[in-house]
Amino acid sequence: MQDFNSSGIASPILEVVNVNKNFRKGDRQDLVVLQDVNFRMYEGEIIAILGKSGSGKSTLLRILAGLVQPSEGTVLYRGNLVRGPARGISMVFQNFALLPWLTVLQNVELGLEALGVNREERRERALKAIDMIGLDGFETALPKELSGGMRQRVGFARALVVNPDVLLMDEPFSALDVLTADNLKSDLMDLWQTQKTGLHGIVFVTHNIEEAALLADRILVFNSNPGSIRGELKVTLPHPRHDLDPRFRNQIDRVYMLMTTQIQAEAGQGEGHVIDIGYRLPEASVAEVTGLLEILDSSENNGKIDLPDLADTLMLDIDELFPLTELLEILHFAKVSKGDIAITDVGKAFAEADIQERKKIFLQQLKLHVPLARYIYDQLCRHPRHRALEENFLSLLEDYLTEKEAARVLRTVIEWGRYAELFAYDFNSGVLSLENPN
Amino acid sequence: MSTLRDTFMAAYKGRLYPNYWDMIALIFVLGVIILLAWDAKQMAAPYELGQPIVISLDPHALPGYALRTVLRMLIALFCSLVFTFIFATWAAKSQRAGRIIIPVIDICQSIPILGFLSAAIVTFISLFPGSMLGPECAAIFAIFTSQAWNMTLGFYQTVRSVPTELKEAAAMYHLSAWQRFWRIDVAFSMPALLWNMMMSMSAGWFFVVASEAISVANQQIMLPGIGSYIAVAIQSADLHAIGYAILTMLVVILLYDQILFRPLVAWAEKFKSTSLPDEPEPRSWLIHLFHRTRLLRFIGNKIKQLVDQIINMQVFRSKPEEDHYYHSLRYDRYLTGLLNLLYVIFVIIILFYSIQFMYQNIPLMSVVQVFMLGLVTALRIVVLVIVCSLIWVPIGVWIGMRPKVAQVAQPIAQFLASFPANLLYPLFVMLMVKFHLDVNIWVTALMILGVQWYLLFNVVAGAAMIPKDLLQVADNLALSGWLRWRRLILPGIFPYYITGAITAVGGAWNASIVAEVVSWGDTHLAAVGLGAYISQHTHTGNFLHMALGIGMMCVFVLILNRLVWRPLYVLAETRFQLL
Repeated sequence: MQDFNSSGIASPILEVVNVNKNFRKGDRQDLVVLQDVNFRMYEGEIIAILGKSGSGKSTLLRILAGLVQPSEGTVLYRGNLVRGPARGISMVFQNFALLPWLTVLQNVELGLEALGVNREERRERALKAIDMIGLDGFETALPKELSGGMRQRVGFARALVVNPDVLLMDEPFSALDVLTADNLKSDLMDLWQTQKTGLHGIVFVTHNIEEAALLADRILVFNSNPGSIRGELKVTLPHPRHDLDPRFRNQIDRVYMLMTTQIQAEAGQGEGHVIDIGYRLPEASVAEVTGLLEILDSSENNGKIDLPDLADTLMLDIDELFPLTELLEILHFAKVSKGDIAITDVGKAFAEADIQERKKIFLQQLKLHVPLARYIYDQLCRHPRHRALEENFLSLLEDYLTEKEAARVLRTVIEWGRYAELFAYDFNSGVLSLENPN
Repeated sequence: MSTLRDTFMAAYKGRLYPNYWDMIALIFVLGVIILLAWDAKQMAAPYELGQPIVISLDPHALPGYALRTVLRMLIALFCSLVFTFIFATWAAKSQRAGRIIIPVIDICQSIPILGFLSAAIVTFISLFPGSMLGPECAAIFAIFTSQAWNMTLGFYQTVRSVPTELKEAAAMYHLSAWQRFWRIDVAFSMPALLWNMMMSMSAGWFFVVASEAISVANQQIMLPGIGSYIAVAIQSADLHAIGYAILTMLVVILLYDQILFRPLVAWAEKFKSTSLPDEPEPRSWLIHLFHRTRLLRFIGNKIKQLVDQIINMQVFRSKPEEDHYYHSLRYDRYLTGLLNLLYVIFVIIILFYSIQFMYQNIPLMSVVQVFMLGLVTALRIVVLVIVCSLIWVPIGVWIGMRPKVAQVAQPIAQFLASFPANLLYPLFVMLMVKFHLDVNIWVTALMILGVQWYLLFNVVAGAAMIPKDLLQVADNLALSGWLRWRRLILPGIFPYYITGAITAVGGAWNASIVAEVVSWGDTHLAAVGLGAYISQHTHTGNFLHMALGIGMMCVFVLILNRLVWRPLYVLAETRFQLL
């Protein structure tokens, strides 16, 4: 691989130029999903697009694939404009996307069938691909008979049998357990390095930092809201990489650093997170952040932990860890900087309080730092009977977020509000009310 | 069982709330009915049939008649399938088309099409003057209307629920629209579609019996078939013939089930993405035979290859140039707006002419009278649901709680549901005549006859689905008697009960048209009600009043659906769903 990179072939395979993607939200407002995305993929590269869920990284991959049309900007594949699924680009899906009614062999043959390859050649090529990916013996099995790892192997075989130039992968390992995923990753890297696949480049999307550092030559770190490239990291370690190798740990620290340092820079005044009413609140439960604070506050940690270590000990990937740290930051219970998280005084007080006291502290921070919670509370106070329909708040949030995200954010803030006893909520009627009308 | 329920309710799930398209669709459909009624009025007078066919009551003729009837069923089923593939796919793929097609079909589904049949017959006769093809087509059309809507809505829902990833994979691997339809859409929908077809069959048998022998404008039209055989048997009050017919019907339904549907359902197992461990896999001796016999397997493989070749035909393959599939969104929006405008204008024109036509021809008094008749029939149906529930809910729960009993009882209930109840009417009429029973009360019993089974097998399924641990908790807390029913059993079966009740009520409206006027030999019994009104005016060829009656029934059915059943269904889905 190093050869390819250093020889520096001038024309890129994929070129993404000023790509924007908006989704229409009624007539008033567009929801910006991707903003000014630019990058190039050169011969022999593996690129990881790393970001939190909802950062638009999957949308970007689908734009590369020609499945989604960008609102602005262009994607060039070997100099040609991508205007639909291009021949030469293949894709592996998160949930495999196998046709459950076709056998392994028939699934692998599908792409060839569509291209009009005749029966005999189809069979021969499919069997070869199945053999290469280590699925021989399972040709006549139906997908539902296979384990997740084996299913994804079928996904790979199906993608590779059409002799693609570029392979796109949408979180290909996230539906698999850790051991299976490791096994599949190393097999994939073997194929890539021995150049059995004929691939000239891979782009994959992930929310797993280790996975990105393990496979990629280049990591594009993605911002959320709107999705854009925050920064880029080159990983120059030779393959195979080992996750206990200190140089590898070092790379991981660099990724965390890039991801957390800039959050701080955006927030500006060093005051921690300042958010507005339509902010996409993280999906974090009170119980989880309480647990995390208790760990931070425990004697062996002394109020400060290295984020990669924390992710490791709790076995959380960034999609699970970052919402928690984000809520801690929003509520000023902790501060994240340079890849470390440190507890604040309020956080310490919260961690050491009893149940009733904790609710009080949480209530105070919630009212102070979460504008949405404060807004709901104000509206309820103002209403003569201290009641309001959830739909009102939902439609407010829908001005800022997608329908699904708006519902999710409202559900989250309702959970926090209920815990803090800021307001009450009735599931059947969808009515929010003040618990003790004053 | 859950598949069954899903399929049944597919139509409801997608569109829980009425919108303005429903209103427009209603007007549209009513307009068409009025148009056809007007059409029929024009041609009602001079039409003639070919040689009237004599129906023999000789039991030896029955197998032949049964064959004719089955053939009609098959043709109708095939037409329904083609209709489903075309319109459901169109609606699912084009939002623009879907907005018109789906509400129209939804309304069609609620229309008691039986009353509409005579108008259809007249129309078809004029299409094929002087031959039996007209009445034949009309009978097939009647069966078609009892199946197509349900199948189309079900297929539409499943095609829409094809996972996004599968669609994306199909696009990534350059499947053409044709390949995509067969490989993805049809395959994905297969299990649900088959269940739906099976369920539609029961309605089909009912209609085939009713539509083979029908009198329009004082003329009796008879097609050779079981339905006509029954009609003649009723006219000549021949009890033996009735017995033979019922027996034949039982055999026919059994064979249909065993030879056509069981194998198909067993075969469709492979299209399910996951198999539930606790549900026994459907089996079929015929499929078993296929797998085991070399010759049959060879034929099966050849068929499979042929199908593959058709799916992958050169003309239907995607071409590299077609890879650009983005299109201009702005242009699209204008087109949509324009089409919507045209549609609305069209509907307004229909509305205008319909109102004018009705205003000129129908006095207000008869509208009020027909409305009152509708109330009577509605009352009958309410009583029917209550009586059925009181009888079948306790029995259904008793059966459902005992898996062994349920395993035996469930297929029987489903079988009884598919048996055309109108075959049994003569027996009841005989009893009513003999014991001088009040026809206004006892026709309700006739209406119950066919539809009660839906309630039963849904309640059985619901009771069987109540989780064991909840029952154990109830035992542990010593919940017993009414409290146990109120807190656990009734809420547990509620979603299933509602499903059954919706189906039963739909069937009851249709049944009222044939059940409120019944005869045995020279005795004719007529109850007061909307169904009787429709069938009497059909008989005398008074198409205007017939159309009024049908229109009124549509309005009743739709209003009750929107105001009573949908809210209940939504409640069942959100509050009482056991996950």
